[in-house]
Amino acid sequence: MAKIVASVNVSHVPAIGAAWDLKKTQEPYWKPVFEGFDFSKKWIADLKPDVIILVYNDHASAFDATIIPTFALGCAAEFPPADEGWGPRPVPTVIGHPVMASHIAQSLILDEFDMTIINKMDVDHGLTVPLTLMFGQPQAWPCKIIPLPVNVVQFPPPTGNRCFNLGKALKRAVESYPEDLRVVIFGTGGMSHQLQGKRAGLINKEWDKRFLDSLASDGEVARKIPFIEYVREAGSEGIEMVMWLISRGALNARVKEIYRFYHVPASNTALGHLILENA
Amino acid sequence: MTASAEDVRKEPMEGFDDIPGTTLFDAQRARQGYHVNQFCMSLMKAENRAEFKADEGQYLGKWPLTDAQREAILKRDWGRMIELGGNIYYLSKLFSTDGKSFQFVAATMTGLTQEQYAQMMLNGGRPVAGNRSKSEWK
Repeated sequence: MAKIVASVNVSHVPAIGAAWDLKKTQEPYWKPVFEGFDFSKKWIADLKPDVIILVYNDHASAFDATIIPTFALGCAAEFPPADEGWGPRPVPTVIGHPVMASHIAQSLILDEFDMTIINKMDVDHGLTVPLTLMFGQPQAWPCKIIPLPVNVVQFPPPTGNRCFNLGKALKRAVESYPEDLRVVIFGTGGMSHQLQGKRAGLINKEWDKRFLDSLASDGEVARKIPFIEYVREAGSEGIEMVMWLISRGALNARVKEIYRFYHVPASNTALGHLILENA
Repeated sequence: MTASAEDVRKEPMEGFDDIPGTTLFDAQRARQGYHVNQFCMSLMKAENRAEFKADEGQYLGKWPLTDAQREAILKRDWGRMIELGGNIYYLSKLFSTDGKSFQFVAATMTGLTQEQYAQMMLNGGRPVAGNRSKSEWK
């Protein structure tokens, strides 16, 4: 059977993608950011996942205001990088796994998670920046990727608890897939940041650390955090962190913290990164 | 019929107005700002960007905006656009058309210069202490 063995949680700040694409990785501002992923690159190269389920949010790229799916699943054979207004990022096309994705979609819907099925979609920096950080710039991404976009732009997003339970349902869906596949789940976005209003620039290191600590434990504290706490403590865009609860819910209650990295600032954002494996 | 504990909605949507300097992009604001945001989305196409730049007022005439929304867009009053239902990810299509960055726009909304704002971020960002409640702001 297929099995989710680990989670990779990481911010998806667009400026990181731009820094990579414009070859600024050695500049003093960006060097520590990219060095923070040296371990992770080695770790994932050794792990060799067959499939990545990548939880992220679209930023008004593939979806505009006409249709706003709360949870969606990419079932297409491939997903081209989106043109976000300055041309698509020079990164490989994402190759999906339509057979497995369709199995997961069916399993999730029967499990009472009403997924929107997506058969054609461009993927923006929310999905490609985490891949760049973990794999650099290969000719092709080294495994198949199943995108799972979540609405965190228009309130209310799904609750943290709902996200955690979706993670559990994803675990059941993957484990009922007959082929022996090693699956890693990515939770992306965050950490504390606010991009709007007079309070823009908010960063809360202490809160971010507590959030990471909860995920590295059983996640029970984090799954109960109400929206108002995210917005007040971690900024209006900090709400993206509910997506890290999907990846946490997909692992066992007991996990091992493999790696943690935290850096301020990446443009307007606190960059967080946490790798967990099932204990 | 009484609702069981499981039927009670646990996630409150109240209290957000007390957070200073923050506008929650909720369902009502999204409804109010629908045409602002869809106008911004139209700027993803090069030919639309060219048409907008050639005559902003005329291009905006294609969208059923309120006078206040139209004025905020023309003045590039980003804070006002947000108050009137714009969302930052949509507005990014407009400021990208202008050749501006997220950091520039964030700085503008806080009343800092981009240099001051960038320095604040290098110093660890805006602290949460003193910024949790409107009662802490004069």
